[in-house]
Amino acid sequence: MGQLTTGERDFGAIILIVLAIIGIAMAAAGRSDVLGIHGAMVLVYCLALLFLLLSGAFGTPPSAARLTRYYDDPIKVGVGLTLFWAIFGMFIGVWAAAQLAWPSLNFDTSWASFGRIRPAHTSGVIFGFGGNALITTSFHVVQRTSRARLADQLSPWFVLLGFNLFCLIAISGYFLGVTQSKEYAEAEWYADIWLVIVWVTYFVLYVRTLARRKEPHIYVANWYYMAFIIVVAILHIVNNLAVPLSFAHAKSYTIWAGVQDSMVQWWYGHNAVAFFLTAGFLAMLYYYLPKRAERPIFSYRLSILSFWGITFFYMWAGSHHLHYTALPHWVQNLGMTFSVMLLVPSWASAGNALLTLNGAWHKVRDDATLRFMMMAAFFYGLSTFEGSFMAIRPVNALSHYTDWTVGHVHAGALGWVAMITFGSLYTLVPAIWKRERMHSAILVEVHFWLALAGTLIYVFAMWNSGIIQGLMWRTYSPDNTLVYSFVDTLLAMYPYYIARAFGGLLFLIGAIVAAYNIWMTVRTPAAATLALDDDSPGDERQISGATPTPAE
Amino acid sequence: MEVKEVDPVSGRKTTGHIWNGIRELDTPIPRGVLLFLIVTHIFAVLWWVLMPTWPLGKTYTKGVLGADQKATVEASITEGIGERAPWVSRIESLSYDEVRADEPLMETVRVNGHQLFGDNCAACHGRDGKGRENYPDLTDDDWIWGGGPEAIAQTLTVGINSRHAESRVGQMPAFGRDEMLDAGQVVDVASYVASLSDPAVSTADNVDQMDRGREVFQTTCIACHGEDAKGNPELGAPNLTDNRWIYGGSLQRIIATIHGGRQGHMPTWDERLAPAEIKVLALYVDDLGKRAP
Repeated sequence: MGQLTTGERDFGAIILIVLAIIGIAMAAAGRSDVLGIHGAMVLVYCLALLFLLLSGAFGTPPSAARLTRYYDDPIKVGVGLTLFWAIFGMFIGVWAAAQLAWPSLNFDTSWASFGRIRPAHTSGVIFGFGGNALITTSFHVVQRTSRARLADQLSPWFVLLGFNLFCLIAISGYFLGVTQSKEYAEAEWYADIWLVIVWVTYFVLYVRTLARRKEPHIYVANWYYMAFIIVVAILHIVNNLAVPLSFAHAKSYTIWAGVQDSMVQWWYGHNAVAFFLTAGFLAMLYYYLPKRAERPIFSYRLSILSFWGITFFYMWAGSHHLHYTALPHWVQNLGMTFSVMLLVPSWASAGNALLTLNGAWHKVRDDATLRFMMMAAFFYGLSTFEGSFMAIRPVNALSHYTDWTVGHVHAGALGWVAMITFGSLYTLVPAIWKRERMHSAILVEVHFWLALAGTLIYVFAMWNSGIIQGLMWRTYSPDNTLVYSFVDTLLAMYPYYIARAFGGLLFLIGAIVAAYNIWMTVRTPAAATLALDDDSPGDERQISGATPTPAE
Repeated sequence: MEVKEVDPVSGRKTTGHIWNGIRELDTPIPRGVLLFLIVTHIFAVLWWVLMPTWPLGKTYTKGVLGADQKATVEASITEGIGERAPWVSRIESLSYDEVRADEPLMETVRVNGHQLFGDNCAACHGRDGKGRENYPDLTDDDWIWGGGPEAIAQTLTVGINSRHAESRVGQMPAFGRDEMLDAGQVVDVASYVASLSDPAVSTADNVDQMDRGREVFQTTCIACHGEDAKGNPELGAPNLTDNRWIYGGSLQRIIATIHGGRQGHMPTWDERLAPAEIKVLALYVDDLGKRAP
């Protein structure tokens, strides 16, 4: 925050004081409710930030020279937050996985029961880890590819810290029993309203920064970041329309009823996968992969095809989450056909990324960071194929409600989302902190193999478990009676649950290794002679070695 | 500054745009991609023609196959009922003894009963029916409300201390807590009860206590558990002379039972299960004890 001007500090202080007052009001009005606890949390959070803000208020004012460089301070904090949530979310995930194998690990407490820690895991990894990674990398990428400093200095902090306040309120609420019972949208109305304010600020900041760009064209990564920001806002608002019990209660009721509620929820849920967990991470892929490989993107035309294909088709596919339910048959079929048409644009993205590596495969072999991103593109292709396949109704008849779905999600979450994030972080961290390389290349290598082994063990365990489960559910005796009871399927799944928890544990250890490695990289002083090639929009830069030369 | 360069690796031209060193090639979309794109779209269009898909105001395109998921489900349910009808009707019409004598039919009972028991009973009585603390073992020959498929079916139908109008009702009063017996009497009678199944409890040193306990038993307990303490299935009063205990057989547990009373609970199943299913379960549970080692 050292670069904030006096005016920005004053404005920031006003925002924090207003929020602190809102916190006090929530605490007072909701004193007999969880809302009161959240009010107190808002108050403490704002006071802590106010202290940080004001403790630097009387130092030397920032020099005007800062405006000629990119604004990277929020990115540095964002990296730390990303890693914190990664370890937190994955730890809760391993715990939840272990509870499925050993149920007594909830220690007979309500807050640690599976139903509460499960959303804490999903929100922790999706919003905490994924969301912070998206915000952080988007601040980095938009500046570099637009050759423009972030439009102002206060709103990046507002977006980053405001988003983390949302995560804190949401996840602490799950432990306390607060939930809207909507998957990936469990947070209650007050947290949802706050996220809207944060998100609109994010959108405005992003557009203003893009408008200041010095490049004639907007790079593909920014198309995806924009799609991510805009569509997530739309999804979030529509799905979370709700009427609170009162302004003194955390509880609210959705305005959607019956099967419409389900449809809105899965339109949201599937597009959260599309625009939160895909579009934004494709943006990372489009920047950090060519950057690290020092290769041009394979095909601009393919980028266009996949971008518009993905943004258009995904919007229609949500109903495939509700096959064989009360949802009208035609809605299911429509969603299914759009899911199938979605496959080629998805594969075009994965293919575009992998073909970009042509001419750099020796680097993939030697550089675990690039290998992370290559593997991410591979898993992206794998899980999008699997997704389209599972959306076909007769396939879904076997896969639905089984662990196969969980395996599919984690092929995407671990193999694609987390791997591209770690590959991006290993590229971003040395660039931002102006280090020549990561502290330890060996630890990156160790992390890669932990992550890959963890993902494969997890996904194979869930494929086996899910398909066995699905087949057992539909096994009939010659007398046309079910052969297995539900308990029988649980016994069959038990060994796979242990394997899954082990795979997840490997992935968690990998994330801890990454955090240590990044911490050591940041702690090691920068090499004094290092050329700072990447911190200002001033001059035209070319990557040495990648400068294309005429073929003849 | 847009300069279209040629990438030495692929021989393709770039688009001329550069973003912080990142370039793009102007590679045409590979033919395979277009072909595959067309294939998925043809599949989608075919599905639209064949199946209900597009909304039309208040209705929707029905598709030439005329498929309807509700009709499909109803047809498959009807078909399933039809396939089960031969043996279900025999279960319904034959007496318990007749079914038990029919080994092939009993095989069906065992397969169907395994699933019904797993989904409805195992949560309390265990997957193997052996019960656990507070839930009786169903594989032994000790029956609180009477053994044999008829009595078991009755228990299943009406439940125990359930909300069913004809529920089996059984209650062990809280003799200590409700001050029908004083603390000394509770300990005395508990020791006596423990000695019924474990003679070692009765020693030369506690003859007096045993006498006092017997006296309390004769005046307080025999109404339900009987003079011989062998229980009464009409009232759900368990046999106290064997070594099978629902709530634990240690002196401490028996004292707790006499002091605080007991009222077991089993739900009624007649709303959830069909009569034939209850019959299958009764036969299955009866058979469970016979098959158990």
